[in-house]
Amino acid sequence: METETDQIYHLDVGNLLGFNPNHRFPSAPSSREELVKECIEESRKLVQAIANALFNFTSTETNDGPIVQLPPPTTKLPREKHVPRPKPPTKWEEFALKKGIQKRKKDKVVWDEQTDQFKRRHGYDRVNDDNDVPIIEAKATDEPGEDPFAKRLDEKKKRVGKQQKNRLQNLKAAEKAGALPSHVQLAATSLPISGTKSQPKKIGKDELGDVAGLAATSTASGGKFDKKLPGEKPPKKQSKHHQYLPVVAGRGAVNPEKEQTNNVLSKIFSKHSHEILNVGKAINMYNVKKEKKKSGRSDKSGRSDNLKPKKDITKKPANKAK
Amino acid sequence: MLEIRTPKTGKAKRVLEKRAPKLVETGKKTLILHGTKTSATVSSVLMELYRLKKGGAIKYSRRNENIRPFESGGETSLEFFSQKTDCSIFVYGSHTKKRPDNLVLGRMYDHQVYDLIEVGIENFKSLLSFSYDKKFAPHEGTKPFICFTGEGFENVPELKHLKEVLTDLFRGEVVDNLNLTGLDRAYVCSAISPTKVFLTHCALKLKRSGTIVPRMELVEVGPSMDLVIRRNRLPNESLMKEAMRTSKDKPKKKEKNVDQDAVRGKIGKIYMPDQKLGEMHLPDKSKGLKRERKESKKLQEETDSKKKKKSSE
Repeated sequence: METETDQIYHLDVGNLLGFNPNHRFPSAPSSREELVKECIEESRKLVQAIANALFNFTSTETNDGPIVQLPPPTTKLPREKHVPRPKPPTKWEEFALKKGIQKRKKDKVVWDEQTDQFKRRHGYDRVNDDNDVPIIEAKATDEPGEDPFAKRLDEKKKRVGKQQKNRLQNLKAAEKAGALPSHVQLAATSLPISGTKSQPKKIGKDELGDVAGLAATSTASGGKFDKKLPGEKPPKKQSKHHQYLPVVAGRGAVNPEKEQTNNVLSKIFSKHSHEILNVGKAINMYNVKKEKKKSGRSDKSGRSDNLKPKKDITKKPANKAK
Repeated sequence: MLEIRTPKTGKAKRVLEKRAPKLVETGKKTLILHGTKTSATVSSVLMELYRLKKGGAIKYSRRNENIRPFESGGETSLEFFSQKTDCSIFVYGSHTKKRPDNLVLGRMYDHQVYDLIEVGIENFKSLLSFSYDKKFAPHEGTKPFICFTGEGFENVPELKHLKEVLTDLFRGEVVDNLNLTGLDRAYVCSAISPTKVFLTHCALKLKRSGTIVPRMELVEVGPSMDLVIRRNRLPNESLMKEAMRTSKDKPKKKEKNVDQDAVRGKIGKIYMPDQKLGEMHLPDKSKGLKRERKESKKLQEETDSKKKKKSSE
């Protein structure tokens, strides 16, 4: 839009964008409101200019209102993602190109000779299903002990495996060229150390800690001075838990080690050593044992041992005498 | 050893395909987040920006301590978020003593930081402080008009950069067809000085005029603020070249079953399915029967009356 004052607006109708490069705002604005008013007035003119262009386009009437075809935007803005890269041809595609093999469109439904009807090519009740053959005639080249049905299954498995391998190779080549299809992800899975096909179990936090501790002990100072990561706990003690009393006593304190040994000795050599032994209990136990021996000798002929409830020797009898 | 992983559900597959790079791009999604400390103005600016861009924006509410857009190591979190949410523009608000009411607008290319511009907010007036007739309130998700006024946008490189970023931010979806009744908002940006830009959001009033083109009027509705340019970082040359690269327009998909000839003109083919007329069901059998009955009745009466006449004669 050109006005008489030779103001040319840069309009980008595709983006509904208008730019007026010629307006000069006064460097000492009169007041905030005046400034705001001026800005809005200038923008109104720009919007009017864009609308003039828009409403003059041919519009198609629909239920929601007139629809206008917008021209492509003229301002160049950077893309958000890279342009999609072309996929490298797969091994088969290269081979087909070399040999001149054309792709032929296959029908979904094929005529089946055996049952005179049309059957689908893939899926349930398909034509020429490999599993459905009832009789496989033996050829002269077949060995007598071989199962041809099992052989067929085996061959199919091999074919499927080969196809998977080829697919993986093609995808790897596509990934290298940066053109992996959007829904496919190639993930690295860890190889099991042994020859098994099972996936190695994921290590938990505690196990990791233990392993780290083990690794630390292989250092010269047994992992004591290793720099610890934030959040790493001090290593657990692996051996027996001894508590050694101090040999030299502190100021005024009794020598604890001496004390300890003295206590033990006094217990053994005490005048009241009979107090250590529970005499009543000992007598009871002796008597019971004696009675058992007696009863055991008389009952040996008649009863078998299996019927008697077996006495649990690890369990100590209840202390009734105390 | 590599393993091929494909999505197991159709929905997951569609989501992945949506995020894949396309030949022709539609609008960018915006990520709105804030740093360790935000003032009241910054948080309300971020909230209102989110409301304005409701359809294509994601707002994070937690504070992010390790994001420093202008430092070399401080962008990793931003890139991670951009990857996770598939957003290519971000708005990061913060408030420090040195940079009060700070807003960093940035863009991403392939989820890597492309360019940044830092502005300070002054004289902020919230949405709620404007009073206007609610009839003209702009609807959510409508395509806005964007107006830039002032020679600063052409002469000052920082303002030029800001113009580009604001266009990208406010643009919304890139569409081919536009409904003319759905034009109801406009963003007004004026370069009032070489370092300051006045930004406001207005609703449109279309008034009747003599011609097809209605008279446009702007009513200030939305947040208004002054943006003071602080720092900016332009993209490096090679990255800019790559990002600005537009693919050559691919030949449009051939319209099937349509033939254009100089002799015959435009000819179309229609394929009809096999119609087994014997097995077809007539629609609304009962009605037809009724009509048939009526007609046959009429005929009968006529013949009867004729017969009677004949017999009488």
